[in-house]
Amino acid sequence: MILGKVIGNVVSTMKLPVYRGYKILIVQPVNNKEKPQGEIILALDTVQAGVGDTVLVIDEGNSSRLIMNNSTAPVRTMIVGIVDAIK
Amino acid sequence: MKLGKVIGNVVCTQKVESFQDMKLLLVQPLNEKLEKNGDPVVACDTVQAGINDIVYYEGGREAALGLKNWFNPSDLTIMGIVDQVNIGE
Repeated sequence: MILGKVIGNVVSTMKLPVYRGYKILIVQPVNNKEKPQGEIILALDTVQAGVGDTVLVIDEGNSSRLIMNNSTAPVRTMIVGIVDAIK
Repeated sequence: MKLGKVIGNVVCTQKVESFQDMKLLLVQPLNEKLEKNGDPVVACDTVQAGINDIVYYEGGREAALGLKNWFNPSDLTIMGIVDQVNIGE
């Protein structure tokens, strides 16, 4: 899992059917001091995160498919938590 | 998933059997400001994207799962066409 900050969202109508009903957010990965690090990624949202939130992101297919309860979904990146504090 | 812009298509007659009838597109990766970011890549298309469309694509095993025939050697597949990108509030 990685830490990231939500910086925006993507609107998309034409997409694979398994993506229907999920919000796609643009996430900037951050380091432990919440400073931007690396390239942006797009992630499906499962926790109603919004712009400005620090979030927990998984970038691994099997975990994502488990969350979607669909063993064949072509989904890898997912937001699975909103971070309250890093101590 | 990553953002990219379709900048061309790739025509290829001799290809592996599982790629038959597959559209291959040339995609320029983009950053959050929709500026070029790195070198163009070739991706399989599942959503009838065309030139100049902004798309998002997935790599790895999930790229293969995005196609009808799962047993294929795709390592990048376009998953959707972007209508709008919103940055900030």
